[in-house]
Amino acid sequence: MKHIVVRFCGDSGDGMQLTGNLFAQLGAESGHEISTLPDFPAEIRAPQGTLGGVSGFQVELGSEVYTPGDKADVVVAMNAAALKVCTLGSHFNHPQAHYDEEFAQFHRHAIVIVDTDALTDKDLEKAQYHTENPFTELGIPESVQIIPVALTALTKESLKESGLDNKSILKSRNMFALGLICWLFDEPMDKAMHLLETKFKKKPALVAPNTKVMVDGYNYGQNLALNINQIHLDQAKLTDRRVATEDGHYTSIAGNKATAWGLIAAAEKAGKRLFLGSYPITPATDIMQELALRKDMNVMVVQAEDEIAGVCTAIGAAFAGDLACTSTSGPGLSLKSEAIGLAVMAELPLVVIDVQRGGPSTGLPTKTEQTDLMQAIYGRNGECPCVVLAASTSANCFEYAYEACRLALENMTPVVLLTDTYLANGTALWRIPTAAELPEIHPQNVPERLKGKYNPALRDERGVRYWAFPGMEGFEHRNIGLERDAEKGTISTNPENHESMVRARQAKVAQVANRIPELKVISTGKKSDVLLVGWGSTEGHLHAAANELGCDLAQFNYIHPLPKNTASVLSQYKRIIVCELNTGQFAAYLRSQFPQMPIEQYNEIQGQPFAVERIVNFVKK
Amino acid sequence: MEAQDYKSDQYVRFCPGCGDHAICMALQKAMAQIGIPTHQIAVISGIGCSSRMPHYLNTYGFNTIHGRGGAVATGVKTSHPELSVWQMSGDGDCLAIGGNHFIHEIRRNVDLNVCMFNNRIYGLTKGQYSPTSPKGFVSKSSPFGTVERPFIPAELVLGARGTFFARTLDVDMPTTVDCLVAAQQHKGCSIVECLVNCVIFNNGTHAWIADRDLRAEHSIILRHGEKMIFGKDKDKGLAIEIDPQTFIPRLIVVSADDTRVLTHDAHQQDPTLHRLLALMGQKRVEQVKTDDIDDELPIALGVIRDVEAETYDAAVNRQIQEVRAQAKAHTFDELTATLEQW
Repeated sequence: MKHIVVRFCGDSGDGMQLTGNLFAQLGAESGHEISTLPDFPAEIRAPQGTLGGVSGFQVELGSEVYTPGDKADVVVAMNAAALKVCTLGSHFNHPQAHYDEEFAQFHRHAIVIVDTDALTDKDLEKAQYHTENPFTELGIPESVQIIPVALTALTKESLKESGLDNKSILKSRNMFALGLICWLFDEPMDKAMHLLETKFKKKPALVAPNTKVMVDGYNYGQNLALNINQIHLDQAKLTDRRVATEDGHYTSIAGNKATAWGLIAAAEKAGKRLFLGSYPITPATDIMQELALRKDMNVMVVQAEDEIAGVCTAIGAAFAGDLACTSTSGPGLSLKSEAIGLAVMAELPLVVIDVQRGGPSTGLPTKTEQTDLMQAIYGRNGECPCVVLAASTSANCFEYAYEACRLALENMTPVVLLTDTYLANGTALWRIPTAAELPEIHPQNVPERLKGKYNPALRDERGVRYWAFPGMEGFEHRNIGLERDAEKGTISTNPENHESMVRARQAKVAQVANRIPELKVISTGKKSDVLLVGWGSTEGHLHAAANELGCDLAQFNYIHPLPKNTASVLSQYKRIIVCELNTGQFAAYLRSQFPQMPIEQYNEIQGQPFAVERIVNFVKK
Repeated sequence: MEAQDYKSDQYVRFCPGCGDHAICMALQKAMAQIGIPTHQIAVISGIGCSSRMPHYLNTYGFNTIHGRGGAVATGVKTSHPELSVWQMSGDGDCLAIGGNHFIHEIRRNVDLNVCMFNNRIYGLTKGQYSPTSPKGFVSKSSPFGTVERPFIPAELVLGARGTFFARTLDVDMPTTVDCLVAAQQHKGCSIVECLVNCVIFNNGTHAWIADRDLRAEHSIILRHGEKMIFGKDKDKGLAIEIDPQTFIPRLIVVSADDTRVLTHDAHQQDPTLHRLLALMGQKRVEQVKTDDIDDELPIALGVIRDVEAETYDAAVNRQIQEVRAQAKAHTFDELTATLEQW
């Protein structure tokens, strides 16, 4: 078997995210590719056992893994509510809904492991069942293999001599499930045990009981010879495009952590102090938390009083010569708009990371969407161009965070990096680079020869102004958010000067196209007239769809400016289908740039990643 | 260094007669007196008349956006604590649109010198009432008089746990220079409320004390370690008494030779007395109608509060140094080596 999709679902207090992550990491360590999708409610703790409190974690592992999978092959359902949600999918709230493969979270031939101790009358009532038999009521087809396991009782039995209180024992049910799943996939227990030791390093008292439950879960599978066969996955081939071809060290990494580490690497490479001004916001907060931890790397994190102060403290640090960043999500980007305009006007390097979520307004804070594209490109007052990039896998969040820093520092411009919930919380296999392998970064520091002659409007031959900062003798100057004189750098309201400055700022951002790679088409090898076009986090899904369709894919990471060969690539196809998780923002942007191109669009706006199947059906019809 | 060295080549564009001219000169004098080289000084401002100030100082300067000067300055100082960082702001910039940044820079005790130019009006937008305009104030945006209660900046500063508060007056150059020098010497967030006259839209707003004939009777200049004496003939002093019914302490005016006359202690951590001092005479600026106010207490000028506390910028940088001293990884390659990998 090449790849398989496993979904853990339970109450938000059941530790499904932890279990899923541990299993994904084990899979990655065993040489599989992984792609994960945490799917949890916005409420931290909805009432226990209710439908609103169901938390899911899906992982696809094996080889040629592009996405976390449309639907699960193996499901662990920890309670009645989880069983209902994963069976009915988005229809879980419809009265009289039955299993329907279109909406369900698992296939018609899936294996579903259920904790039968969590299907009591009380549990069924909380999850709004109307009958005593959940399986019949949900209309789960017979082709689905249901494995009833008395998870709760077995966990209690396993830990009866542990000395733990009842509540702590019940909390360990997820480890029994993990052990069982490890047996199912023939994952060796020693690695899993080592992982638990690392995981609970700070709470050593928890290592022994959790390990015991997990091993008992494993043995339960082994000894009782459940009526299922173990699943053996092929090893991932390192030649796959999602994994670098060269040898090296690998780890599994979540998108937000990869983003944070990209910033750290860039600061070191550029010889700058890394400064992050930020304010907690789902789903971007992990970036700030990761960097707050990295004082060993000399990272300065200011948890500001609000989103505006987050970006403004960063702008202050940029004025003072640091590699300055701010991290946020859509609502925060809205709040930061005016200040980003200041950085455009003052021509300071600034990295703005927008981990997109469902909008508008508070929207769907824990769900994924690509709806901030227009805001990133255009969402400021005045003619206000920024560089806009988008990461496309959890692992390459590192690469594009690094790129964002490089382009900001070398071109004295704000750079907006778009990621999203799917990339941020998902994990993928990441080849760990060494600092030496990373591209050089040359910040636009002012040359010494301009001492005494400097003003903030002075530009080099590329049109990029020079950066001088407090502490440097002989470069004192006044920077402004007001329009400045193109020659003297002082306040100017002259009409011709304003137009020339507007064009100078645009030209500066436009020339960035000379410093980024060309667009590469991903091809199946067969000649095709059809081009799927995507940007950002949809890469995996579109790649899988293109493989199935036998067509080509152009996935954009450089949004503004676009790669220089964009028009020549697009013009080679009869059908260009732009697929995105919004109502067509990138399609509209491409049409504005290339009005002559026949651009079609396919869109989903459900707060979820694409389903590959639906893209394929759309293109075929 | 001379005051001249801190003057930029820009023509000063405040209105003729504006109080900001005087503060600008006082800043140049104070900077010369402090003697920090121009390249070690960063002056950050928001938007408003006062926020033009960086253009007239030959230091590093950044005229940012409305209300955000405090946040930008916090970034500059936190990343580079070795710099002398100043913030120029007004009553609108600081207390309305930038109110959040203002209270948080104070709460964190970022080592900034904040000049808050209080003319009780929006001047640059041509005459709307501000958060410090007295209740009942008639302006273009309050044609029938405001119905809002104003902020008393000192009260806000102390409420945000401020470590330094001084008040000065545009026409009193020596006190202004003294306050600015003291603000730089104070390690922490120093708020200097500069009472300035807006000659165009709010002329005479501080006349109660700005008027040369009235000033000595209506104001007192507080100096640490000195007796609280005021009046044209230095014949009055301030004392404290407890109201026998309510137990609320209050300041009273007594004769200068009264043994009860207080000695100013700006370094006292307990803010109770500082608050009483800072609020003296403020009833008079809270509302337009002052006829029924029977208050003989003078308005306090000078450094009212100046207490020690660790600054935010020093604390975060210290924490980084402590962690780095203990840490095994200091470079990216050392950091990645700590990952679980295969």
